[in-house]
Amino acid sequence: MDKAAIITVENVYKSFPMGTGEFTALKEVNLTFGEGEFTGIVGPSGSGKTTLLNIIGSLDVPTKGKAIVMGRNINDLTQKEAADLRNRYLGFIFQTYNLLPVYNVYENVELPLLLLGMPSKERDTAIRQALDWVGLSDKIESRPAQLSGGECQRVAIARAMVKKPKIVLADEPTANLDAKNSHHILRTMEALNRELGTTFIFATHDEKVIRYLRRKVSLEDGKVVADQSMKTQ
Amino acid sequence: MMRFLLKGLIRDRSRSLFPLLIVTMGVSITVLVVCWVNGAGGDVIRTNARFFTGHVKIMTRAYAEQADQMPNDLALLKVNELIAGLKKRYPQVRWVPRIRFGGLLDIPDEQGETRTQGPVMGLAVDLINAESREVKMLNLEKALVRGRLPRAPMEILISDEFAKKLGVPLNEPATLIGSTMYGGLAMQNFIVVGTVRFGIAPMDRGAMIADISGVQSALAMDDAAGEVLGFFRNDLYDPATAHRIQSEFNRRFEGNDDEFTPVMLTLEDQNDLGTALRIFESASSIMIFIFVMVMSIVLWNTGLMGSLRRYGEMGVRLAIGESKGHIYGTLILEALVIGFVGSVAGTMLGLSAAYYLQVHGVDISGMVKNSSVLMSNVMRAKISPSSYYIGFIPGFLATVLGSMISGIGIFKRQTAQLFKELEV
Ligand SMILES: Nc1ncnc2c1ncn2[C@@H]1O[C@H](COP(=O)(O)OP(=O)(O)O)[C@@H](O)[C@H]1O
Ligand SMILES: [Mg+2]
Repeated sequence: MDKAAIITVENVYKSFPMGTGEFTALKEVNLTFGEGEFTGIVGPSGSGKTTLLNIIGSLDVPTKGKAIVMGRNINDLTQKEAADLRNRYLGFIFQTYNLLPVYNVYENVELPLLLLGMPSKERDTAIRQALDWVGLSDKIESRPAQLSGGECQRVAIARAMVKKPKIVLADEPTANLDAKNSHHILRTMEALNRELGTTFIFATHDEKVIRYLRRKVSLEDGKVVADQSMKTQ
Repeated sequence: MMRFLLKGLIRDRSRSLFPLLIVTMGVSITVLVVCWVNGAGGDVIRTNARFFTGHVKIMTRAYAEQADQMPNDLALLKVNELIAGLKKRYPQVRWVPRIRFGGLLDIPDEQGETRTQGPVMGLAVDLINAESREVKMLNLEKALVRGRLPRAPMEILISDEFAKKLGVPLNEPATLIGSTMYGGLAMQNFIVVGTVRFGIAPMDRGAMIADISGVQSALAMDDAAGEVLGFFRNDLYDPATAHRIQSEFNRRFEGNDDEFTPVMLTLEDQNDLGTALRIFESASSIMIFIFVMVMSIVLWNTGLMGSLRRYGEMGVRLAIGESKGHIYGTLILEALVIGFVGSVAGTMLGLSAAYYLQVHGVDISGMVKNSSVLMSNVMRAKISPSSYYIGFIPGFLATVLGSMISGIGIFKRQTAQLFKELEV
């Protein structure tokens, strides 16, 4: 484990109502994540990766147990406090990019800063820097529809990184990308992790991603079955 | 943030253009219809009041019972005294005597033999006294087609259509054949000095407008009149005052069972104008109500479709750290903008159309040719001060309401659920 723990998951269960009974997607999950980690939650489809990521991201609450993120127990947060936590400390990257189609690249990256109420000068500097990190400084005016999948995901990374969050949660970020683009964005994220010390947590079953991980948490049927340090190549 | 939202709103046509069109259309239609109902309703009430019902009217009880037969044998007597008393008691009302009568107008040739004749609907009013406003009330100066207005008691006007049909020459005698107040035969020579066209079908078929003193002597109705009409001085019918004067006046004669006892009716008691008045009044409210309902439902649906389409956006914004309340607020803000712009545009559009119809009017003479309802052949819209907000307020409210209802879905949904829509 790297440095101080910024995420603690303690004996977490998560069940969903299903038909007459319920379906338990997470069982007895205990995990700690430290600052600057580059970790993957790995498991087959349906093993509970997204569910766990959602709980860490304060988008959902555990049925039992607790999850503490940046010192806050997310069970106790109001809707507004949870939004505030995400706003300040968390960045999200999705499989399907989820850029806002009516806004151009610059504006998509700008949104998180607007929500933080950052003054426009600072905002501009931060946006240009973030687009520089992902190598899209020349596509500022483009709309998402004009970009390739790889470029879209790089915009999404810039959007997640622009406010320099403590933690980035990436759910299957390479699932829609070819090998070349997958490696490109993984190297970008790896570099950001090194430079800024941002914690990256991936949910993935993509071998290409796994090769970059420094820690691999394996999930199966909602249970943690392995938690190993990895040596990167 | 505001600018950011506006950019999105303007660029996303389905978010801005479609609702904007709906609001603009709805508001403009409402404004136009309300102005039209205003104009048409006002016209019917005003025309009836001026020619026929007054704002209030006094008759004898017996006359009132068969008023449509113009039973002048049951006319009010001692009319000068009656009017003098009314003037003192109700100075806010102008009181005028009128006689309605029927008869044959006979046009003789040089030998004095009947050349042609036709039935006339006579209306006798005070045309000659300097202080009389009847010429104005009946709009005679404008209605005059040929000739001039009467200056002497035995000079008359007849409707232009009638004059043409019978070939009545101007400044020649015409004989009215009718019945006196006592049931005897009345024959009186008048001089036709002018012809009139009111643009009101029933009046233009065969009207004869005469001075009341001439008709009084022709029909042996000395100091008598079939009706005494009262008009509020501002020319606007005021139901509350009319009812107050009516009940006060009628109370004075309550115990009296003489059939010549005067009785007062308001405009609403005659010609079904009460019903008409209520219909015109409720038409606007019903129209606005329906409009708000339809608009709200349409906009609510648009909002729902919009939010379905925008789940992705909502999910991302939640993930980025926007609170549900803030997202909801931005949806309302978008609605405020759309509602405001649409309502302003709609009001301007509706007012322009209403203004056009106020100036040009629509000729409905074909439809009212055989009608007995007193209304103008050219119907006009009427823009009143309320026209400026009558569409705006509901348009604005409907937009905001529609988006408030549809936006509730955001709160209802679990954050994780909203978020799940992202994983497609
Ligand atoms: N909101 C939900 N309601 C019902 N079942 C759910 C819900 N979210 C996830 N699940 C179920 O929980 C299990 C784990 O889902 P998920 O965390 O999405 O898996 P993964 O991301 O590893 O593919 C799946 O079987 C899924 O069907
Ligand atoms: Mg998943």
